[in-house]
Amino acid sequence: MARSRQLAPGVGRFSRSQAASRRGLYKGLKKSDKPAPAETPAFKEVTVGGDKNSGTRLVPTSKAPRFYPAEDVRQPKKSRKSPKPAKLRPTIVPGTVLILLAGRFRGKRVVFLKQLDSGLLLVTGPYKINGVPLRRVNQAYVIATSTKVDLGESKVDAKINDAYFAKPTTKSSSAEAEFFEEGKPKAKEAFPEAKSADQKEVDKAVIAAVQKQENLAKYLKATFGLSKGQFPHQMVF
Amino acid sequence: MTDSTFKRFVEVGRVVLLKSGPSAGKIAIIAEIIDHNRAIIDGPTTGVPRQSFPYRHLTLTPIALTKLPRGAGSGVIRKQAEKEGLVAKWESSTWAKKRAAMEKRRSLNDFGRFSVMVAKKQRRDVVRKTLGQGRIEDVWI
Repeated sequence: MARSRQLAPGVGRFSRSQAASRRGLYKGLKKSDKPAPAETPAFKEVTVGGDKNSGTRLVPTSKAPRFYPAEDVRQPKKSRKSPKPAKLRPTIVPGTVLILLAGRFRGKRVVFLKQLDSGLLLVTGPYKINGVPLRRVNQAYVIATSTKVDLGESKVDAKINDAYFAKPTTKSSSAEAEFFEEGKPKAKEAFPEAKSADQKEVDKAVIAAVQKQENLAKYLKATFGLSKGQFPHQMVF
Repeated sequence: MTDSTFKRFVEVGRVVLLKSGPSAGKIAIIAEIIDHNRAIIDGPTTGVPRQSFPYRHLTLTPIALTKLPRGAGSGVIRKQAEKEGLVAKWESSTWAKKRAAMEKRRSLNDFGRFSVMVAKKQRRDVVRKTLGQGRIEDVWI
């Protein structure tokens, strides 16, 4: 893909985005599968002459090498390490108010519910208060505040796990055809009712706890920001 | 010295505010002047151990103990300070109050800061409304 002629070593004729548009990746990656290679049998039958050779013989299709390498080739070591889910920061416990730092809800203050098996944090706005739905976030993109919402003994339903947030698999068809059905832009799909019911169910206990404390609902509704003379490393959260 | 504009002097009995070191932010009393760089300070009532301290790391306050003898020991200084109500005098000063308020603000958490903002808004609202009522009369009379 040498469409970006090098002006100097490491400096291409086109910018990153220009080169990308020339590569045409926006059309999507080619996904056609290669035909599976035909299986060759390990042995084949060969007729052999001679009376005492019983007529036929099984011969391996690929000959064993006549020579072995003189030097041993080192085998790369197999790693037995596997990634473990992230350890939860000790400042984050169920009911902690978190400030989201990235994503489309950045700056929002949300309530932490539990850690999922993948290590991601399950949070909710609650949706009624600040419009943040049940959502998974990485704890790296979060500021934990010392404010806690007293959730008491209420537990989050076990069905809300990582699989709950997986995208439903869609039939493969071109994006364009999907967007324009019968020449008209396709109507937006309605939010599944089961999910909004789950949201309400989970938020009920949270909202009840939030209402108990003065200003807390207002606090969750407001977004976080830094003003003049405020430096996050000098602030207490 | 009658025509001097200076009000605070480095003198025995002068109350000083420490700006650095482990006792930063506390007040102490000058017990003896060592030279033009350092003095012996002591704060038996404020938890500052007797030590020599450079002037550039302390600030003079308008408060001073009257009649403290030069080079007085910790016991004498404590007695004098308690007699003159030094700590109370310092804490009732605007300077100390402002410092305390600033300290309090800095130690507030995110929710605390938000609550302060809400409270300030409410106060502003009341003030503006009452001011607005007054202004109408002022303009039309």
